[in-house]
Amino acid sequence: MTQWEVVIGLEIHAQVTTRSKLFCSCSTQFGSTPNSQVCPVCTGMPGALPVLNRAVLDKAIALGLATHCTINAHNEFARKNYFYPDLPKGYQISQLDKPICSRGYLDVEVDGNTRRIGLTRIHMEEDAGKLVHQGSDNIKGATHSLVDLNRSSIPLVEIVSEPDIRSAKEAKAYMESMAQIVRWLGVCDGNLEEGSLRCDANISLRAKGTEALGTKTEVKNLNSFKAVERAILLEVDRQMEILEEGGTIIQETRHYNEATNSTKSLRSKEEAHDYRYFPDPDLVPIAIDRAWVESIAQTLPELPSERYKRYQAELGLSEYDAGKMTINRETGDYFEATLKLGGNAKETANWLNGDISAWLNENSSTLITSVCLMNMTRNDIAWFDTVDGIHQGMRADISSINRPVTITKGRPVADDDIRIFWNSCI
Amino acid sequence: MTLIHKPATELQELIKQKQVSSREVTEAFLAQIHLVEPTLNAFLTITDELALSMADVVDEKISKGHALGPLEGVPIAIKDNICTENIPTTCASNILKGFLPPYNATIIETLKHAGLPILGKTNMDEFAMGSSTETSAYQKTHNPWNIDCVPGGSSGGSAVAVAGFEAPLSIGSDTGGSIRQPASFCGNVGLKPTYGRVSRYGLIAFASSLDQIGSFSNNVTDTAHLLNLLAGHDPKDSTSLALEKEDFTRFIGSPKKGLRVGLPNEFFKHLSPEIKALYTTLINKLSQDGIEFVWLDLPSIEYALATYYIIAPAEASSNLARYDGVRFGFRAAGTSSTSEMIEQSRSQGFGAEVKRRILIGTYVLSSGYYDAYYKKAQKVRTLIKKDFDLAFEQVDIIASPTTPTPAFKLGEKTSDPLEMYLSDIMTIPLNLAGLPGLSIPCGLHNNLPMGWQLMGKAFDEARLLQVAHQMESLIGFGGRS
Repeated sequence: MTQWEVVIGLEIHAQVTTRSKLFCSCSTQFGSTPNSQVCPVCTGMPGALPVLNRAVLDKAIALGLATHCTINAHNEFARKNYFYPDLPKGYQISQLDKPICSRGYLDVEVDGNTRRIGLTRIHMEEDAGKLVHQGSDNIKGATHSLVDLNRSSIPLVEIVSEPDIRSAKEAKAYMESMAQIVRWLGVCDGNLEEGSLRCDANISLRAKGTEALGTKTEVKNLNSFKAVERAILLEVDRQMEILEEGGTIIQETRHYNEATNSTKSLRSKEEAHDYRYFPDPDLVPIAIDRAWVESIAQTLPELPSERYKRYQAELGLSEYDAGKMTINRETGDYFEATLKLGGNAKETANWLNGDISAWLNENSSTLITSVCLMNMTRNDIAWFDTVDGIHQGMRADISSINRPVTITKGRPVADDDIRIFWNSCI
Repeated sequence: MTLIHKPATELQELIKQKQVSSREVTEAFLAQIHLVEPTLNAFLTITDELALSMADVVDEKISKGHALGPLEGVPIAIKDNICTENIPTTCASNILKGFLPPYNATIIETLKHAGLPILGKTNMDEFAMGSSTETSAYQKTHNPWNIDCVPGGSSGGSAVAVAGFEAPLSIGSDTGGSIRQPASFCGNVGLKPTYGRVSRYGLIAFASSLDQIGSFSNNVTDTAHLLNLLAGHDPKDSTSLALEKEDFTRFIGSPKKGLRVGLPNEFFKHLSPEIKALYTTLINKLSQDGIEFVWLDLPSIEYALATYYIIAPAEASSNLARYDGVRFGFRAAGTSSTSEMIEQSRSQGFGAEVKRRILIGTYVLSSGYYDAYYKKAQKVRTLIKKDFDLAFEQVDIIASPTTPTPAFKLGEKTSDPLEMYLSDIMTIPLNLAGLPGLSIPCGLHNNLPMGWQLMGKAFDEARLLQVAHQMESLIGFGGRS
């Protein structure tokens, strides 16, 4: 029986965190009244012209540097032409053969091994608007559809990997790592529920030991880490079944339905769009010089992979703890801030992993969203002052408390108090 | 001479000296518009109230003793592909019938701020695609020199507005000759500035890399004053250049000494003997007046028309994709799916010439054809630009006929698109090279005006206008009435 090798490449769309859109000054605020954040440019009014938001370039360069890409000196935007009611200009402004970044990689930890996943490119593009179907959840059965253009022209980066991924598990780990890094850099808020990170997978199978790539299918709409893994498992099974029965894979685009955990064919290769890309004449090519790249490089924070290694090498954390303490930048920074108060690394990690983590879970909160804990740096640690140690009903108490200052009852806390208190706690 | 026959700068002098009010000037032009429009059909929308209210603001300023800015108080007509807030802007297309833009083009803001009363919106070829204004979905515009003849196009309405004394100034756009060719046909001065000189924000795009806003007027001096208003960097248009403000009238009246003018052999090849004779006489006369002419070659020019008819339709096919019936403009009735709605809205909303160019453009951008057509055309475009650069190492200005023939009859070329395209053969190269050019009237053929096209170096409009003024004086065509 043939042994099959799975070949996967992922395309991740990450919404770039900026105040204004990619080509106009409209707000990118999520969840506003439909069509309240629009202007002649992002609604495709006749005569309106795009002007590039430079902040997006800076963030794309940062992401490229963090993923070991070449930052291309000559950048060009291209028009991707297709008709859809949520695409106001009838084309999407994207990048084709002159993307901002190319040829990078990301090292991903899978089952204790490091896998290096190549990146083909990272390019910038604008998002489309959103159709809101009336009378039904999807377009089939809807009486009519409304168009919300608040999302139109929101900046995205598309991160295209090489077909280096060999399993659904690896794909999930890669997407998690990429989510971690875009959040870490502040390129993207990584909010999957709001669609800030979306993923498509190109999947094919080949007989183990052969070089030639098999016919691939593209599975779209993978909007959670779980969806990436489950959809790929499904598709690998589907393709394997066909191949084992001597059939051939049809090149097509498939849509994943998370609710039913199933995929269905959207369109075949023959029905694929011809996007008729050409350089957008409304936008001048952008030259990125060495000095520009250098200035971004200097603002790059220590990357999660570097910290992960440092926490093990210098602080003696286990792989598990180092992973947990670098899950995102807030945790890492919080961990280090706490350490500065005089804690022991291992015990601090335990405390964060244990009690704090449990409290966050119980309160459906994260370090990022918890007002209480997010603000907790040096002084705020003092909220322990009011409770009798972490073992005596602390969780119950702090869950009702909104701000650290209420816990300390307004009493100024001296550094020494904190140190003494902290040492007594652990 | 009545008010309407006076050039813009003279009118403003009269207004400044309080010999006449801006309202009186504006009323005179509006009266002429209402008098001749039944015959000429230059306007799609006449904005009497807006024009008069803008004139009143100027008059109030005068009454308060405030100084007026350049051309302030002198009315102007606007081509209907330039967005005017809440004033119909149709591109002479059914697909934009009744479209009220939610914003003003940058140059409209500029003109409003500068106090030039807006008389109305002028007819044009649909989406500026055409050379006779006959592809307008609404009406045929007639040439005031002979109403059986076309005014040229695509800015035919704006050219006729000035030629028919309906406006002392008008705004057009030039993608392949759409200002210079109708200026030539109608006997006025039409300027296409350097690409990037005037903001395109709010100019409804035909071919973005070729489109440029420009003007029509009665003489070169008026043209220079108007360019002073129009030119400038606009942060809303990434292709507009950030250059220092300059006065384009600064060389006017001081003839350039030792002027060398290049005559490209390629532009004189295909002229009929009579037309050739007209230009030979002109060149001889100007030579006697001390201007040195040099014959030169622009070898890539013979590919200009073919190159243009790949690049312009390619860009147009994408620029015109937004007319889908979803958000504004015409939407076909009785359709049952979004794709059918888009298809039917476009099928019913666009005219034949627009559809032809969308099809050509879609074809040349298609995968498998892109390299052979679009990419190659871009390479030829670079060669054409190089030809001009080389030529400008030898000469200050390049001159040629603006068009191979004078205005032709209405309906004469509508059945043969290629024949129609050929009427832009002299003007298209300049758009491909992005250079500035203008047409000044230089003589009559069969009682129809012929144009003399002057082409300059990029962003060298001041020099171009200086030479144009010098030649205008020598030719002596200026006093048309």
